Amino acid sequence: MKEKESLFSPRNLKSLTGPLSAGNPVIVLVLGICPTLAVTSQMKPAIVMSLSVMAVLSIGNVIISLLRNTIPPRIRIIVQLTVIAALVILVDQVLKAYVFEVSQKLSVFVGLIITNCIIMGRLEAFAMANKPWPSFLDGIGNSLGFGFILIILSFFRELLGAGTVYGYPVFEKIGLYSTGYVDNGLMSKAPMALILVGILIWIHRSFNKDLIESK
Amino acid sequence: MKTYSNLYIFTYSSVLVIIIATLLSFTAFKLKPLQEKNIEIKKERDILSSIGVVSTAKNADDLFKTHVIRNIVINSKGVEIDGDAFNISHKKELEKPVDERLYPLFECQFDGQKIFITPVWGIGMWGPIWGYIALEDDFNTIYGVSFASEAETPGLGAEIDTKSFQAPFKGKKIFDESGKFVSVSIIKGGAPPGDIHGVDAISGGTITSLALQKTIFGCLDSYVTYFKNHDK
Repeated sequence: MKEKESLFSPRNLKSLTGPLSAGNPVIVLVLGICPTLAVTSQMKPAIVMSLSVMAVLSIGNVIISLLRNTIPPRIRIIVQLTVIAALVILVDQVLKAYVFEVSQKLSVFVGLIITNCIIMGRLEAFAMANKPWPSFLDGIGNSLGFGFILIILSFFRELLGAGTVYGYPVFEKIGLYSTGYVDNGLMSKAPMALILVGILIWIHRSFNKDLIESK
Repeated sequence: MKTYSNLYIFTYSSVLVIIIATLLSFTAFKLKPLQEKNIEIKKERDILSSIGVVSTAKNADDLFKTHVIRNIVINSKGVEIDGDAFNISHKKELEKPVDERLYPLFECQFDGQKIFITPVWGIGMWGPIWGYIALEDDFNTIYGVSFASEAETPGLGAEIDTKSFQAPFKGKKIFDESGKFVSVSIIKGGAPPGDIHGVDAISGGTITSLALQKTIFGCLDSYVTYFKNHDK
């Protein structure tokens, strides 16, 4: 009989930490770009978006993993989508009830979590073939990898675009405006997010040479 | 690979959908009161913002009760009738025939004077635009405004919700010297100095600006009879 694998075995830990760097969904796999561009102009919506994705992805992974041996392969994508859609609607309802202002800022993007490629990708590639616990860790790991990038982007976009960090007026407090400094409005527009993602990919690859494709 | 019969697939998907539908309807039903309360608070905050009162989600209810002393419902003849002004939906009223429409008006006691707030609702460039216009008790001078939009272009049309666009409305008149209703003009290229009926349009947001001008005219026009009857 196979020996029982410990909860935090190296293989399980790898599902958790892998997506943070070498398997990062945004800057390595380049998935989930739509929300990355859309909700990173301020930190608060970016953090709520990351938490929402974490809830949907980790629970979705566990549910699909539990059902994996019963799901008929012919309708597996439909089953995955149904589970994701249900979870997303739940998250949307909860946000509307408890953090109304944030849910208004995120507007349609909560609903669009359904189309976030990271979630479909993990359900299909990982949860369909693994047990619930590793699937849960994989879900948490991937959403951390996603959220981590979202937070870095939103920090720079909010700071340089509006002069604030999580709504706190940093530049105003240190008196930068009196020296004639003006906020860069381009930072709060979507194209700048794409440029910043590009810069992040560049920095990340210069530290991880093995990710660079051979010509 | 394991094969599944059609019956299995059919049963599987039906059961899955039924479970999920039950769960979702239950949650929606349970959270509805909280969500409706949030929408109500948002409306109270929008109304308060037209008279320059800054509120938070927590104190909006109390501030609204302090400042708004009377909710008035006006029929199409300009006569006050009984009704719940707060819950009148402008969109629904527009679907009714003109002489059955009801118009809400909120009477406030603020800054040592009586102020009357009318809602406005219309179609912008990409979606609905709405707002509130606060008038002094001569029913002519604008005390303040607040506007918002659902889908106007960020940085252009959506700028109607900014203070810099809204502030110049204060002090403008909606009737000319002969007492004719002229509303407020939103002028592309900037209103001439001293124009008591005009404010600056948003550069790059001309279509939204014009839509807003039309919205304000159309909505205030419905109140003109009432304003003239109650003007001191």
